[in-house]
Amino acid sequence: MSELLKISGLHATIDADGTPKEILRGIDLVIPPGEVHAIMGPNGCGKSTLSYVLAGRDDYEVTSGSALFSGKDLLTMEPEERAAAGLFLAFQSPVELPGVNNANFLRTAVNAVRRARGEPELDAVGFLKAVRAATKNLSMADDMLKRNVNVGFSGGEKKRNEVLQMTMLQPTLAILDETDSGLDVDALRIVAEGVQNLRSPNFSALVITHHQKLLDYLGPDRVHVMAKGRIIRSGGPELAKQINEEGYAAFLKEAA
Amino acid sequence: MNVITPIGRSLTPFAARLSGLKDADRKAAAGELARVGLPTPHVEAWHYTNLRALSGRVFSAPAAGFDEAAAQKALAGILADNGGLAGLPRLVLVNGAFAPSLSSAEFPAGIVFTSFARSPDFGTQTAPDRDALVALNTALAGDGIRLSVKPHVNAGRIVFISLAMGLEEDISFHPRHAVEVGEGARLSLIEIAVTVEKHAGAYLHNPVLTSVIAEGAHLTHVKIQHEADQAVHLATVYADVASRATYDSFTLGLGSVLARHEVHVTLRGDHAGVHVNGAQLLGGEQVGDITSVITHGAPDCISRQTVRNVLTDRARAVFQGKVLVERVAQKTDGYQMNQALLLSPTSEIDAKPELEIYADDVKCSHGATVGALDEDQLFYLRSRGVPDAQARQMLVEAFLVETVDLVEDETAHVILLQALEKALTERVGAPEKTA
Repeated sequence: MSELLKISGLHATIDADGTPKEILRGIDLVIPPGEVHAIMGPNGCGKSTLSYVLAGRDDYEVTSGSALFSGKDLLTMEPEERAAAGLFLAFQSPVELPGVNNANFLRTAVNAVRRARGEPELDAVGFLKAVRAATKNLSMADDMLKRNVNVGFSGGEKKRNEVLQMTMLQPTLAILDETDSGLDVDALRIVAEGVQNLRSPNFSALVITHHQKLLDYLGPDRVHVMAKGRIIRSGGPELAKQINEEGYAAFLKEAA
Repeated sequence: MNVITPIGRSLTPFAARLSGLKDADRKAAAGELARVGLPTPHVEAWHYTNLRALSGRVFSAPAAGFDEAAAQKALAGILADNGGLAGLPRLVLVNGAFAPSLSSAEFPAGIVFTSFARSPDFGTQTAPDRDALVALNTALAGDGIRLSVKPHVNAGRIVFISLAMGLEEDISFHPRHAVEVGEGARLSLIEIAVTVEKHAGAYLHNPVLTSVIAEGAHLTHVKIQHEADQAVHLATVYADVASRATYDSFTLGLGSVLARHEVHVTLRGDHAGVHVNGAQLLGGEQVGDITSVITHGAPDCISRQTVRNVLTDRARAVFQGKVLVERVAQKTDGYQMNQALLLSPTSEIDAKPELEIYADDVKCSHGATVGALDEDQLFYLRSRGVPDAQARQMLVEAFLVETVDLVEDETAHVILLQALEKALTERVGAPEKTA
């Protein structure tokens, strides 16, 4: 299949004090297997909404359009079914789970997904081996597994924890929602390497970012510019460079 | 008995056993009960917890003796279910009576044990004229455990199991327990109350535990109340805490149709500390009440209360926490927090904090939160592939585990976690077994 993700004419609204407010106004996007696509755009253009709608957050109502994931209707699936099908969202603000041990959380998630995919579950030893290897690659301290999920983590630690989850869950499509924001140079490099390690013909990524830096590491196949709930321009990596130099103003004017 | 028309609830359920008492303490307690009756919701301390479950029944004294084989089997089951308990010295009571055949024969050096039946003594800590349930216990107490730890002895952990069994008719038992921890000594008491077999008969378990914690001593008191729906559990605990001593308590309320755990703590010496923490997981028509009265009677003392409740169906939880800071108790540090997760629209929490402060240099805070599961947390878990029901269970468990984590004694901590996980599994299905 040449389309891992195919979004057509997607419209979505959010409830704003009782009246629906349209955030996505007709998104068309195709991501083939093995490709990394970037979405850039000014604040409030609907980038995060798109990622939440794809992951299945029910605060948003899809009013028209479709999203097919490996040919299946993504929008009728529960969030956990989307995860099992191979979709992963790295949260812009990872959620803290007080009282939930990070290692238990990871193993529960990994085994839930493996079960749903018809794969054998990992026992304690197998899990530990896999997670140790992953934390080492991400330069994460072992004690992060013993702590409660994201509780007391620094911004950088939270983002690394997202990449750790992504590594363990082996998605076919990862949506990275500003995973690079708030990271220092070293943390950015580690996170980027974490994503690069997953790259294969069976792994695609949709990278939402404001910065050229992460894209320098990842080398995206396509770059899309989003404004006012639509993708107004698509192109190669040179588009990111242009935005970095000129800002969004020229694109916005052009689209208006 | 000179019965003045009681303003309270009728004593009929216990009337036959309350007449003709000989011992002066018991007689006085019965007289007090006759005067006030059992509390109705008109009594402020019982405003949220209604004792109507006791009405319309007659509670007999438990029969002497029990089915030894059934009790041994039940005990083996409890020890198997709670890893870590088996190797510990234990005291077992059946229907409120000390059962030597189920208990350890010997205790480590420095621990003195006797039973209340062998050596009855009500002590001086309780106030039967102020608490009807203590009066009822005083009038009808048959047996109980009496433990004392000699000064500077680390007595380790002792398990204290209360079994209810052979319940063919309605019975009540009113054990009287006393614990003394000598100067600089340490003890962890792990108390477990269970119903062995379910029967048509209802029963009332009405224990009173008094404890005296001497200077620099430490008492950990963990209680798991997991009795059947046929049980009403009304417990009162007293703790007197001397200078630099600590009473660290935790109650896990899982069982019985109506349960109240009432704690009276007096911090008598400077730099004493108390924790009255707890968690309740209630469903069906259960009512669970954690009531505390903490008196800061000396300067520089610390009191901590964190109680969390998870309620489903039509369950109701009550939290009443009174902190009294006497004039002398400068530099008091008091904290009280009661939180509830209401998982159904028909569940209810009633929280009543009360601060009464006579000192002028104190730090006392209290708070309460009520809510449902956090949607962001739920979505986060589901987005990682965890099915909805399992994600909900993980969050409920996490909410309660955070309070259990306040228990410092490692063995007690592990046993509480096991009991909690088992209760959650029984209620909402098996969770993923994780590392």
